Amino acid sequence: MSASLVEIDGVVKRFGDFTAVERMDLTIDQGEFIAIMGPSGCGKTTTLRMLAGLEDPTEGTIRIGGETMNGVPPHKRDTPLVWQSLALFPFLNARENVEFGLKMRGFDAATRKRKALDWLERLDIGEFAERNVDTLSGGQRQRVALARSLVTEPKLLLLDEPLSALDAHLVIRMQSVLTKLQRELGITFVYVTHSQSEAFAMADRVVIMSKGNIAQTGTARDIYRTPANRFVAEFVGRNNILSGTVTAATAENTHIETPVGTFTVIPEGPAPAIGQAVSFVIAADLVNITDQPQNTENSLSCTLISEEFIGSMVTLFLEAADGTEFKVQVQERALGSLDLKSGNALHLGWSADSAHLLTGETP
Amino acid sequence: MTPRALDWGLRGYIALVFVFIFAPIVFSMIFSFNSDRFPTIPLGSFTTKWYEAIWNDPDVWKAVRTSLIVSGCTAILATALGFATAYTDYRYNFRFKSAYLALVLLPPTIPLIIMALAMLAWLSKIGASGQVWSIILAHTVLTAPFAMAVIRLRLNQMDASIEAAAWNLGASEWGAMRNVIVPYCKPAIISALCLTAAVSFDEFAIAWFVSGLNKTVPVMILEIVQGNIDPRVNALGTFVFLTSMTLVIIAQVVLMTRKGVKA
Repeated sequence: MSASLVEIDGVVKRFGDFTAVERMDLTIDQGEFIAIMGPSGCGKTTTLRMLAGLEDPTEGTIRIGGETMNGVPPHKRDTPLVWQSLALFPFLNARENVEFGLKMRGFDAATRKRKALDWLERLDIGEFAERNVDTLSGGQRQRVALARSLVTEPKLLLLDEPLSALDAHLVIRMQSVLTKLQRELGITFVYVTHSQSEAFAMADRVVIMSKGNIAQTGTARDIYRTPANRFVAEFVGRNNILSGTVTAATAENTHIETPVGTFTVIPEGPAPAIGQAVSFVIAADLVNITDQPQNTENSLSCTLISEEFIGSMVTLFLEAADGTEFKVQVQERALGSLDLKSGNALHLGWSADSAHLLTGETP
Repeated sequence: MTPRALDWGLRGYIALVFVFIFAPIVFSMIFSFNSDRFPTIPLGSFTTKWYEAIWNDPDVWKAVRTSLIVSGCTAILATALGFATAYTDYRYNFRFKSAYLALVLLPPTIPLIIMALAMLAWLSKIGASGQVWSIILAHTVLTAPFAMAVIRLRLNQMDASIEAAAWNLGASEWGAMRNVIVPYCKPAIISALCLTAAVSFDEFAIAWFVSGLNKTVPVMILEIVQGNIDPRVNALGTFVFLTSMTLVIIAQVVLMTRKGVKA
């Protein structure tokens, strides 16, 4: 267990009548790559700006390296931020941009130049050092912004949707650059994004935020397989959510009656009470699909609506008798002889242990 | 009318507009090299004697010196004031901000003669009229809004996060001002310096009222004209025109160079 670097303790942020962060408690470890993800307006960027000192919490404290940061102005913190707009200085060339932080810290010109060139070289853009930043491509500008933030060797790097302006293929490239850098430097990255693929691909731990609250914190796998509540289950997507009433409950099995049938779920925690209204999710990739009725504990028949083909994976969209929508994700080669004509009747089934009971409140 | 004819007609119209604007100045320039005392056609012979006359006139030198001091100091003061106002507008939101902006931009809309009279009344009341710095003060009031307008345009183009980026990288508020805001606004600042200098250099009404014995070049021109017909006016006028035009052209060129001036 490594030492904690950032402690966000009961933080609330209000702007007039608007509450951007309602309540936030989060501890971030030294050397951790953490992604804060959520829809726009969930408070993720405000959280980042509070870490950088650009906003002060209305209530609660933020500690970085054990020191309380409330009221400490941004320039007295060592929390460089990679901006969504990159915010490069247009009147400086690439090298001068990278030197900026060193200059503000009083390094002499020779040291500044050496360190800046080292970093530009390290990020493979050494040859563009003397170029005006306006003449560089999106990916190159991205690297200048990264070098500019890392040149002062901070313990903590903040990133605010830094890849959102890049082309898809560049995003993948930059993801590997970022994860590699983070591992080599061993510093903490706090990465704010609305992109699930970016967060899941890079982060050790993902924080999902909704309306100024943390909806769930966990590894990408936790978030994906065991969403804590309906919000997370919906936000992650590719999940089927069913709601119903508990009709029978033992320690091992809970039977839930829904409009499309009665299903069995194995609760991870204490069993819910009979008569309680509950929801459970079944991930799209854990559903078996066949053209013959299935003889498992959880099965139903549906009508195929459409399919979405993305290379090796296919997502099928189906509808149950009462109109409930189902998503099923299968390997393209596993489709076999299924007759995928829209309107065809198909049969779905899943084992009780692949369903997950939603126990938490949606914030 | 065919489109082609219309096209040529419009071109001719533009040419006429320019002739109308510049012909008097061009004639004044031509007559400044004319040997005849009276501006009549046919012209006399070519001469530079009017230029020699003003060159050898200590009063002209004094007036040029006053004008340069006034326009130089005005440019610096008005640009500093204009920059501060523009930055306030960019950075802060406060109640009555629109009233503040309207007030700031008001001076150029006041008729010059009213402004000049008011300045004279006010400055003599506080015992500050008839000095070189009286003119500087009055011209700063008149020209600061131009500087503010030019610099405000530039600040409006700035990515709002670059100032915060400077703080984030360890720059204090002053550090960010010196290392980011001012360099970013440099083209606009140079442009504002040139424009305010040009306006001050040309300005007659206010200077005439508050200058006392410290005549600026435009005031001197009026005094020459009042006395009698003297072609020195043409020579002096040409000099004033070329000075102002140079400043205005520099201002335009600097502003139109988008990338700004490399340090």
